[in-house]
Amino acid sequence: MALGQFSEPVHDPTPEAVLRLGGRELIPDCSGALWWSEEKTLVFSDLHLEKGSSIARRSSLLPPFDSDHSLERLKNAITRYAPNCVILLGDSFHDTQGLHTITAANRKVLSVLQQGRDWIWISGNHDPEIPTEFGGEVHEQLTLRGIDFRHEPQESIDRFEISGHLHPVAVVARKGRRMRRRCFIADEHRLIMPAFGAYTGGLSIQDIAFQRYFTGTEKGIRILGRDRVYPVRNRDLAAANL
Amino acid sequence: MDNPELLPPGFRRWFSKRGWTPHPHQLFLVDEANKGNSGLLIAPTGGGKTLAGFLPSLLELSSEGKNQNARRHIHTLYISPLKALAVDVARNLEQPISDMNLSIRTETRTGDTPPRKRLRQKQVPPDILLTTPEQVALLLADKAARQYFSELKYIILDELHALAQSKRGDLLSLGLARLRNYAPDVKLIGLSATIAWPFELGAYLVPQGENPDRTAISPVQIATTDVQPDIQILKSGERLPWSGHSARYAYLEILEHIRKHRMVLVFVNTRSQAELVFHQLWHMNEDNLPIALHHGSLDVQKRRRIERAMTDGLLRAIVCTSTLDLGIDWGDVDLVINVGAPKGASRLTQRIGRANHRIDEPSKAVLVPANRFEVLECQAAREAAAAGAQDTPRIRDGALDVLAQHVLGMACAEPFDKQQFFREVKSAYPYRNLSKQQFDQIIDFVATGGYALRSYDKFAKLRQNKEGQYRAANARIERQYRLNVGTIVEAPMMKIRLLRRSPVSKSGQVTVPLQGGAVLGEVEEWFLEQMVPGDTFLFAGEILKFEAIRENFAYVTRSRSAEPKVPSYQGGKFPLSTYLAARVRHMLATPAEWRRLPPSVASWLRIQKQKSVIPSAHEMLVETFPKAKKHYLVCYPFEGRLAHQSLGMLLTRRLERLHAYPMGFVANDYALAIWGLKDLSLMIERSDLDLGALFDEDMLGDDLDAWLAESSLMKRTFRTCAVISGLIERKYPGQEKSGRQITFSTDLIYDVLRTHQPDHILLQASWADAYGGLLDLGRVSQFLARIKGSIRHQPLERISPLAVPIMLEIGREPIYGAANEQLMKEMAAGYFAEAEGRDGTRPI
Repeated sequence: MALGQFSEPVHDPTPEAVLRLGGRELIPDCSGALWWSEEKTLVFSDLHLEKGSSIARRSSLLPPFDSDHSLERLKNAITRYAPNCVILLGDSFHDTQGLHTITAANRKVLSVLQQGRDWIWISGNHDPEIPTEFGGEVHEQLTLRGIDFRHEPQESIDRFEISGHLHPVAVVARKGRRMRRRCFIADEHRLIMPAFGAYTGGLSIQDIAFQRYFTGTEKGIRILGRDRVYPVRNRDLAAANL
Repeated sequence: MDNPELLPPGFRRWFSKRGWTPHPHQLFLVDEANKGNSGLLIAPTGGGKTLAGFLPSLLELSSEGKNQNARRHIHTLYISPLKALAVDVARNLEQPISDMNLSIRTETRTGDTPPRKRLRQKQVPPDILLTTPEQVALLLADKAARQYFSELKYIILDELHALAQSKRGDLLSLGLARLRNYAPDVKLIGLSATIAWPFELGAYLVPQGENPDRTAISPVQIATTDVQPDIQILKSGERLPWSGHSARYAYLEILEHIRKHRMVLVFVNTRSQAELVFHQLWHMNEDNLPIALHHGSLDVQKRRRIERAMTDGLLRAIVCTSTLDLGIDWGDVDLVINVGAPKGASRLTQRIGRANHRIDEPSKAVLVPANRFEVLECQAAREAAAAGAQDTPRIRDGALDVLAQHVLGMACAEPFDKQQFFREVKSAYPYRNLSKQQFDQIIDFVATGGYALRSYDKFAKLRQNKEGQYRAANARIERQYRLNVGTIVEAPMMKIRLLRRSPVSKSGQVTVPLQGGAVLGEVEEWFLEQMVPGDTFLFAGEILKFEAIRENFAYVTRSRSAEPKVPSYQGGKFPLSTYLAARVRHMLATPAEWRRLPPSVASWLRIQKQKSVIPSAHEMLVETFPKAKKHYLVCYPFEGRLAHQSLGMLLTRRLERLHAYPMGFVANDYALAIWGLKDLSLMIERSDLDLGALFDEDMLGDDLDAWLAESSLMKRTFRTCAVISGLIERKYPGQEKSGRQITFSTDLIYDVLRTHQPDHILLQASWADAYGGLLDLGRVSQFLARIKGSIRHQPLERISPLAVPIMLEIGREPIYGAANEQLMKEMAAGYFAEAEGRDGTRPI
């Protein structure tokens, strides 16, 4: 009754699951980062640093290692791509308190990562203000070669947009088994990134909140696997809106 | 001890008026109580056990005279595993109390008791309070607990066998330790069905000393019966199926039994089996015999109606799951039919005891195996029951997450001194081996999270007062505790509502607002999550069509289809007991015993002997053979499905490393089949694969570690521990579904904690659970030790008769295990196939 499937020993020749906004090629990474190769820019969204200590303050004493965990993964992705520019799409800190509770060691990690590259904090609803002592530049939004980078997607856009805020996850079902995975979701004009932080939950892309931004039926969905991303069809999504 | 003088004249008259003589085992408890002792009474069902349990207390209360109306304290606490049982016992207790005109006040307190009544119970306590373990925990966390229980004389623990080996039993044992502290002279009375380790329950009742090697045990009385149960295996004219769990072949014969008896309980192992059996019986039920369905997911009102109908003698049969295993006398049952494998000798004996609730008449039972291996198991169980063999599990060491919950509760009641509290905890039998270090870690965990390197001192839940005693930091924490109390963590459930008409139009849009509809019951969320609108399934005895999910409800309509998409079997909750497994292995190894098996099963084994081999009782058979371009390895450990699943995960990891390219596996209670692309027979012949090394105990080292890092079962185990220990709050229906739903799962916490503090006390608690629970690693470890040097390999040209049942499981059951990456890969393949097939219009 228990049936386990294992990867077949053939090399998997699948091409990269590239997403395109007006011809610009964007590569979703299995860490949850987005790589814009032409611009040597690496984008992250919704780190929610210090969410653990924020929850501890209010209710549960969760393991206080979430910031270490998230920054470790951030560092790995940056080391792999060696970008000239890093953009963080907002909600980098879970709340304003987080600017004070983050450890000195983790602040040091941040400042080392900033060296030798542009570092752009887009402000989000959780972190409307990031003090200058955290390095980098702070913007409410930023436009780069025709693409708007902002935290919260706008309902009507005239060009192209990359945003976060919604923490998209795809619930896919196959062979009586269900999976819930963080994902990128996009159409020709808009791309919404998955949340990167260790303690960030997710919202199913079938939730009504996404319908405001994706009116057509065709959406590009890239779910995060262990060491690659997988494109899935809309019809692979589980029917239940959960 | 059997001196009736122990009873005063009033009680003796009451017994004789009803035509009863007190059994010696009933007087045993009175005798021990007179000596100031606790006592454990073990008796089969129908022995007047519950009344016996109350006798000492009733005697004492009746002799106190009528002047205790102003009682401010509880005299007797009765604790039952089921709230329905507490209510039922309270009702039965009214009889002797009113017959003998005793001035004794009894009340029940369960989760359903209204707040007003609860408050009054605190202000004006009854003489006898009947309640459940969770309510005891709540009462003990009250600031007035010490006063409330200071005059407690008796604690009666009913159906103790059903509690003691679980986390609920751990929590209860800690509560009992506290009660003994408040009322040092309190006497505990344990009532239990027959079990394998009676003296462990005897130890559970009394405080343990500092030295864990010297166990204190209460007096124990074991009442036996000379009457042997009459257990038959269904003699079917039909051919026995190779595999499956429906026992479809036997339905007509089951109906025939129902026709011939007054009232039949048809036990099955899972809810989906219950639905299936009930549905089919109803289909063939041409005489319109009143047959009902009963399982834990049905709506409570519905269940109560069925129970009433049963008590009133309106039913001829009930198809039920383990929800009717315990306690209550529902009616005049004269036959128990057990469909499927019994799983354990004691379990079977207890179920059979449900027929004929009189100790001096034989209970009658018919076993209906659903497949050939189950025939062997039924035969083994039948012989074990006839021999009076017991195979209930032992009491294991108390769970640490439960201790954490208890620590917080006690800190809510009154400040505690760490050293004194440690002694109290260790006096509870399950916690006798607890080390000071573990205890300190638990205190630390409850207080500030117990994290190395960084601590949440500012947000501490426990604070120390001037004397160094610990107490709950504030009122919010006390509230949190009250909402989270208890050790039962259910899978998230969703209610099912029945609509008269489909709300979905032809174009697939939901056209009417979804609301209303009768609630049929609830099912696990995961079950609904895998359904597509239009899918049909069996529930509450009907074929239902899944329409939509809104908010907290799944909306369904009645379906006219004849074949439902039946919920998958999902396995029984209980693994095959080690004892029965040994008996089955022995039976298999002894051809002389095959004569007692049905002809089709005996000839199956004879052909196995010709085509392959029959392993001896101490050997494990491994067969390797090719089939349809794949190569299979089938082994027969007989250790239960959960242990086989874990074994399957570990073996495939090893085979992957040995470049045997395993592709999947499937497991049932008896066997495990793994398949791959490499010729395993050849690998073994060339010594590229050494079976002894493959099954070596060292697989519980690194392989296990790597697997646990990502195992979804391990994550589920962790979630349970996180909820019980109070790390995260219990979710209540509706609470998390309001508005935009961002779910934040404990999996994320597991990953972070495992990476950064792998020796954290909560992970220790989870490992301990994994050892016995969903991963059954304890069983795997015993198994590997057992078969060391006793593996019998048989290379074959083709599949063997013994392998057929497990091979038939392939493809029938949903994929399980580390399959996520593979599934995503398959979905991606579908995406690319579409992309290439369509001109120009690539999917995004």
